[in-house]
Amino acid sequence: MTEPLVKVENLKKHFPIKGGLLGKTVGEVKAVDGVSFTIHKGETLGLVGESGCGKSTTGRMLLRLLEPSEGNVFFEGKNVLGLSLNEMRKMRREMQMVFQDPFASLNPRHTVEKILEEPLIVHGMKDSKERKKRVKELLEVVGLNSYHAKRYPHQFSGGQRQRIGIARALAVNPKLIIADEPVSALDVSIQSQVLNLLQDLQKEFGLTYLFIAHDLGVVRHISDRVGVMYLGRIVELADSEPLYDNPLHPYTQALLSAVPVPDVEIKKERIILKGDVPSPSNPPKGCAFHTRCPQAMDVCSAKRPDFREVEKGHYVACHLYE
Amino acid sequence: MTDDGEISVVNSIDFQINSGEVLGIVGESGCGKSVTSLSVMGLVPSPAGKVEGDILFNGENLVSASEKRMRQIRGNEIAMIFQEPMTSLNPVFTIGSQLIEALQIHRKWPKKKAQAQAIDMLKMVGLPRAEELMKDFPHQLSGGMRQRVMIAMAMICAPKLLIADEPTTALDVTIQAQILELMKKLNEETDTAIMMITHDLGVVAEMCQRVVVMYAGKVVEEADVKTIFTSPKHPYTVGLIQSVPDMRDKKERLYSIPGNVPKPGSVKAGCQFAPRCAHAFDRCISETPALESLGGSQKVRCWLYEDEKGVDIVDRTIS
Repeated sequence: MTEPLVKVENLKKHFPIKGGLLGKTVGEVKAVDGVSFTIHKGETLGLVGESGCGKSTTGRMLLRLLEPSEGNVFFEGKNVLGLSLNEMRKMRREMQMVFQDPFASLNPRHTVEKILEEPLIVHGMKDSKERKKRVKELLEVVGLNSYHAKRYPHQFSGGQRQRIGIARALAVNPKLIIADEPVSALDVSIQSQVLNLLQDLQKEFGLTYLFIAHDLGVVRHISDRVGVMYLGRIVELADSEPLYDNPLHPYTQALLSAVPVPDVEIKKERIILKGDVPSPSNPPKGCAFHTRCPQAMDVCSAKRPDFREVEKGHYVACHLYE
Repeated sequence: MTDDGEISVVNSIDFQINSGEVLGIVGESGCGKSVTSLSVMGLVPSPAGKVEGDILFNGENLVSASEKRMRQIRGNEIAMIFQEPMTSLNPVFTIGSQLIEALQIHRKWPKKKAQAQAIDMLKMVGLPRAEELMKDFPHQLSGGMRQRVMIAMAMICAPKLLIADEPTTALDVTIQAQILELMKKLNEETDTAIMMITHDLGVVAEMCQRVVVMYAGKVVEEADVKTIFTSPKHPYTVGLIQSVPDMRDKKERLYSIPGNVPKPGSVKAGCQFAPRCAHAFDRCISETPALESLGGSQKVRCWLYEDEKGVDIVDRTIS
């Protein structure tokens, strides 16, 4: 196995809930509650989960767009959380982000050229001519034309805008790209174009991806390994094939069975979960999933299960496998 | 109407829904599927939009029906569920008062009787503690619960047709599974027909008996659900089905349709899909194909099938 590029240890993010007359902290939303994983060089790690499970918060904490409450993030062996603001800015040259909404993440008052030049200026490319040349290069790399440089974001379709977002992330030659739901705002036919582009770029530049999405089909397609999150914790993590073919955690099983498959021949057994995801401000004791789990035992409500390796490379946090 | 003059967003759509049937209408954003559903409900804003043609509901033409008559039909015989359960419930009224409104208006039921029926409906859509829920406001419920309330509200007058515009798009998969299951159950237990508007082919395969595929304001293909998935004919349908990443089987590379969906009104002549189509030939650019039957229930709007009806283009093209 290749060496780890990113190592995340016991990462936590608790948002305070302010209340009362004096704005005292009356509680905490445990958005991310002890997440650990590694991302190896050149691989794509997918993070899936339903809304509010903490997958986006996790992605943002790696870049320190949100400050973690606890835990460690190592990038090439260096602890990212110990860096000063200045050092962090330099570090972000190595790790970039692509956002979900291509409409909200591009400044509507800047031309594409200006949008793509900005990271170059920030990271010290002083020669204007060279910058313009790089912008053209970037546009071509993501499948746009150099004449698009003078246009504004509103003149592009959603798919093209997402390409601009990807070009911006690529501008500083990063090693890691965190893609937070990069295709969920796009139509199916455009979504496949962008997914293919991401795969081509990975091959060409040896990129490493952390791919965050809720669409299980998309995640399987693009990821080498997949982590499933529920209420701020990773409940299962494995290579994508064993995870999809042989899911161990009852939540993963239910999640996979819930996805409607575009095939009429197959009638599959569906596990329908009861009720909604509990509030992260007051997560259930023990295993967070026990309130909805069809296989819950007594121990599940008492003790939080450890995240352990049950088969080679297949990690799961569930009392059924102890 | 826009600054550029009149633009037809939806162009001569023909299809029918039989009673008790679930019909899927599939297409990408901007293909006109929502406008079609709003036309059926008589909700296209006037004078901005104009609906021409006939919409026959039980033999009655809805396009020429008066506003007063439409008000009797809406929410009574035809009901609609919208995508966003957050914005389609009124935030300042309780769930209960919104639910009984339809019964009080359409059936002239007294409040007590309407309330009892509303509680029954909430139980039927699988909501716990229905009596207390009647006094709750929409913001106190989760997305999935709100969508259940919307379904209860739509079903309360036992409509003959339920139009569901992307009813599960805003929901998580585990909640989506609950809602789809519920809609299937309601369709089986009552004889309500459902017009299911969606972009998700998985939902179509799961729910629908017949499918209409729309592209740029036109129906490009129509068939029963099995035929659509096993033997799609229109190059757009083929491309759409192949673009979806399959959860069960990892492909090296996804098929993708080049280009973007055209803006309404931008393709003047010929087939709307021709600029993106791998099989387009001269005729596609100059002449507009008609929706032709290929025998059986399948209809397709494509010149490829002009002479050679029934040839399987999947084998010929995409290897």
